Amino acid sequence: MGEVIVVTSGKGGVGKTTTTANLGAGLASLGSRVCLIDADIGLRNLDVVMGLENRIVYDLVDVTSGNCHFRKALIKDKRFENLFLLPAAQTKDKTAVSPEQMKTLCEEIKDEFDYVIVDCPAGIEQGFRNAIAGANQAVVVTTPEVSAVRDADRIIGLLEKEDLREPKLVINRMRFQMVKHGDMMSIDDIIEILAVDLLGVVPEDELVVVSTNRGEMVVMNNASRSGQAYRNIVRRIKGEEVPMMDLEENSGLFNRLRRMIGLK
Amino acid sequence: MLDFINRIFGRENHSSRNVAKERLRLVLVHDRAGVSPELLQALKAELIQVISNYMEIDEQALEVSLDSSENQVALVANIPVKRMKRRFQTESA
Ligand SMILES: Nc1ncnc2c1ncn2[C@@H]1O[C@H](COP(=O)(O)OP(=O)(O)OP(=O)(O)O)[C@@H](O)[C@H]1O
Ligand SMILES: [Mg+2]
Repeated sequence: MGEVIVVTSGKGGVGKTTTTANLGAGLASLGSRVCLIDADIGLRNLDVVMGLENRIVYDLVDVTSGNCHFRKALIKDKRFENLFLLPAAQTKDKTAVSPEQMKTLCEEIKDEFDYVIVDCPAGIEQGFRNAIAGANQAVVVTTPEVSAVRDADRIIGLLEKEDLREPKLVINRMRFQMVKHGDMMSIDDIIEILAVDLLGVVPEDELVVVSTNRGEMVVMNNASRSGQAYRNIVRRIKGEEVPMMDLEENSGLFNRLRRMIGLK
Repeated sequence: MLDFINRIFGRENHSSRNVAKERLRLVLVHDRAGVSPELLQALKAELIQVISNYMEIDEQALEVSLDSSENQVALVANIPVKRMKRRFQTESA
């Protein structure tokens, strides 16, 4: 029986969907059976991020309302045969699904997968309630900004109330040069403030945008730093101890040169 | 320029990083304690009432907030006194 992990944040646009897609592809590439659920009803996104937008026939609301069995609604990924997506409904709103329905659905799906990952909408309203209803683990995504960290704190409080204890934090869009210059909160600053476990840190990386443009996941790009960060996160989810990568070191011109000539 | 000098000498207390951290710390003290602006407002009003019995205070400048240090939350009130009320002043004053 699999685990149900919800990827959430409070504040919008910090990288939940990007993280969900990359964890999905990363876990699938290591052989796990993975089902991603887009719980952002009305603002369907995960399908385009994964490049699967042309294959949708049924959606989440079709399944929860009993129109079709979930197996029929699952879209198989183009690259990994053990990666599936249950897309969100685009024309309904969040009230079309109830937390009870989501819970039942997750119970059913997790029997057939190693990991079920739920992409949560922004906010703390019903969409959030739905997304966390069936989860037994939570990943909270934040960026190193005051507003995002504040919202993450609020979400962590709400998750704990719902018995999703010990959520794990992903800090996304980290810019190490700015931290160095005293213009961005550091990993330690954020961990100290939020008092949670760190799952990983993903640097700001143009390749995230480039991959997403193509409907690909950066985790599959072996040359990218954000991809490396996601690969590390995936291994940590699978229970491996992986040291935090030293991003600072890789950022300088000298190191880039070293990497180019193959010293690193 | 000053910024630059501060950086060189490692005095980063006013860097935007530290400002962000400090502001965040304070706002989370309020968020976590579930203290609403209304509650603080009510507390302020009653404080003014009580203190006004003893001294004249600058109601506009009065500040009440929560702060935290080392796992302890403190209620911090900054109450500028304009002058003491006469009947509480000592003979010699
Ligand atoms: N590490 C990164 N580096 C650069 N760009 C990033 C990074 N992570 C995310 N982005 C970009 O930020 C934008 C928002 O990301 P994403 O859609 O994953 O956020 P979200 O939390 O799912 O948003 P919403 O709350 O609207 O669902 C996207 O354009 C994405 O490409
Ligand atoms: Mg999203």
